Amino acid sequence: MTKGILVCAETADGKITATTRELLHAGRDLADAAGSALAALVTGKNPQEAAAEAITLGADTVYTVDAPSFVESTPDYYASLLVMTCRKTEPAVVIFGQTDLGRDVAPLLAARSGGVACMDCVRVAIDTQTRALLQTRPVYGGNAMAVWSSGEEVLRVVALRPRSYAAAEPDATRQGEIVALDPPDSDESPRMELLETRKEDIQGVKIEDARIVVSGGGGIGGPDGFKLLEELARVAGGASGAVAATRVPCDEGWVSHGIEVGQTGTIITPDLYIAVGISGAVQHMVGCADSKVIVAINRDPDAHIFQEADFGIVGDYRQAVPALTGAIKSIKGA
Amino acid sequence: MNIVVCVKQILDPNLPPAKFKVDSKARQIIPPEGIPLVMNPYDAQAVEMALRLKEKNGGKITAVSLGGPEAVSAVKYALSLGADEGVALSDEAFFGSDSLAVAHILGRAIRKIGAYDLVLCGRQAADWDEGLTGPLLAEELGIPVVNLVRDIENVGGDWRFTRVISGGEQVFAVFLPALATITNEAPQTRLPTGWGIISANRKQIPVWNGGDIDVDPTRIGSAAAVRKLTALTAPERKRNCEMISKETVAEAAGTLARRLGETGAFL
Repeated sequence: MTKGILVCAETADGKITATTRELLHAGRDLADAAGSALAALVTGKNPQEAAAEAITLGADTVYTVDAPSFVESTPDYYASLLVMTCRKTEPAVVIFGQTDLGRDVAPLLAARSGGVACMDCVRVAIDTQTRALLQTRPVYGGNAMAVWSSGEEVLRVVALRPRSYAAAEPDATRQGEIVALDPPDSDESPRMELLETRKEDIQGVKIEDARIVVSGGGGIGGPDGFKLLEELARVAGGASGAVAATRVPCDEGWVSHGIEVGQTGTIITPDLYIAVGISGAVQHMVGCADSKVIVAINRDPDAHIFQEADFGIVGDYRQAVPALTGAIKSIKGA
Repeated sequence: MNIVVCVKQILDPNLPPAKFKVDSKARQIIPPEGIPLVMNPYDAQAVEMALRLKEKNGGKITAVSLGGPEAVSAVKYALSLGADEGVALSDEAFFGSDSLAVAHILGRAIRKIGAYDLVLCGRQAADWDEGLTGPLLAEELGIPVVNLVRDIENVGGDWRFTRVISGGEQVFAVFLPALATITNEAPQTRLPTGWGIISANRKQIPVWNGGDIDVDPTRIGSAAAVRKLTALTAPERKRNCEMISKETVAEAAGTLARRLGETGAFL
C-alpha cells in the first residue's frame, strides 16, 4: 500500500473552511496521480460533523482529534498534535494551507519528523516516475516562479497558498472511514501559554468574499480619500462590495491591517478589482492578480499597475473615482 | 537581556519588476548592475524591535548574518542602527544550503555567541519569501517560536508576545529563551545615524567559517539539501491594458463604467 496524502483541515463554526476545501481538491488530485489514499485530519471540539463533510469533499479516511481549536491553543500544542498524527498514520505528504496554522506548524512538523517543508506553494504535483513531489511557488515577491522537487525518502510537508485551487465540490454519495485519535498528552512544562485572542470586528463583507473590491494604495495620501473608495465599492458592489488597501496605507495607519491585499495580507480573487493610486508592486499584485477584471486608476502613466490591468485611466483619483461612482450609478439606475 | 538578531542582505524587493531578470537555464536571478543590496526589510524591523527592547530593558544586541561578502554589510548596517556587536558567517561549504542547513549554521553560531534570551528574525526574507528559517532555527536551538510578532513587552517579569493572526491578534506568555519572527505590522525601522555609520565602518566584523562554529558538514551545503530547485522562470503577464483616455476624467469614467458594464462585472 502506497503511503497516502494527509490534509490538515481547518474548520470555522464546525464547518470545513473554504481554504481547506481547496486543499482537499489539491490532495485528491495528488492521491489519484500517486495511486494512494487521501486522508484528512480534523481537530476541534466535536469534530464529527466536519469529518463527515471532509469525506463528501474527497477524503477517504478522516482522523479526528477532539482538541481545542488552533486559535484557542498554542503553536507548540498543534505541532505535537501533528507529529503524533503523522507518527500514527505515516503519510508521504502533508498538506497545510498557508494560514496561521500552516505557517506555524508546517515548519515544526518537518523539523521534528526529519521531513522537508515547502511553504506558500501555488501548485503541487507528483512526478509519477520518481514519486518526487513538485512544488511551485512564487519567489522574489512574485517576480519569479520556482519549482522545487522533494524526493520520497522523507516526509514532504507543503503549505498551499489560499485561492490557488478551486474548492472541492461536495459529493454526498462518497463513502469514507472516520477514525478517532487520542489527543496528545498535555505538556507538563509548557514553553508558552495563550493569554488572549482578539478578533477585529469586520463590518460588511470580508475582502476575500467580496465580488467587487476597490483598493487604495499610497497614492490615496491619507485616510480621507478612502471615503471616496467606500462610496464606489457600495455603489458598484452593494453588499458584496468591499474596500481594501496595499501595505502602505495599512503601515501608515490610514486603514486597518485587516484589509491589506498582497503577500503580507490577504490573497483575493474578486470579479472586479479597482486599483486606485496603486503603483503595482509585485508584492501587492500577487494578492489580486487572479481577479477576473482589474481596473487601474493612477496619476502616473508609467505606473507598473497599467501592465497588470485590463482597463486603465490616467488621472487624479479625486476626480476619477467620484465620476466612476456616478457613471455606474446611472448605468445601474437605467 | 541578550538579543541575537539574524539579518540577511538581499536584492532590493522594491525594485520595479522590469529590473528583475530571470536566467532560467542557470535557475538564478540576474541582479541588476549597479544597484546595491539592502537588508531584508523584515530583518530591519527585527533590528528595530531589538533596539526598542534594549532601550526599555537594557542588554546587548548581536547581529548575525550568513552569506558571501555581503554578510559583513548586513552586520555593519545593523551596527549603524545601534546593534552592539555582530558576526558574519561565510564559508564556501555553506553554498547551496537549504533552510534546514541555514538554521543549523545559525544555531551553531548562536551557541558560540553564548547566553541569549531572545532570538529575532524577520517573518521571511523578501527574496525567497518562505518564512522557514525562523521556526527551523528555533527547533535547532530547542526553544519556542512565535511567528508574525508585532510587539514584545515585559509585564511584571513575564514576557508577552503579541502576534498577528488572520483578522486579529493573539497574546502569548512565553518563557525565554525564545525566538520571534517579526512581522511588517511591527514598528517601522529607524534610519542609521551619521555617528552610527562612522562607528560601524570602523568596527572589524569577525567572519566565522564552518570550523569556527563546529557545524556538522553532513548537514550543510547543496549536498545535504533534500529539496532541489528544478526550475526558475519569469511569471507570465496575462493582461493587455485598454487605456481609456478622453478629454476629461469624467468622460473617461463614463466610458470605463460602460465597458465594465459590458463585462457584467457589477450587474
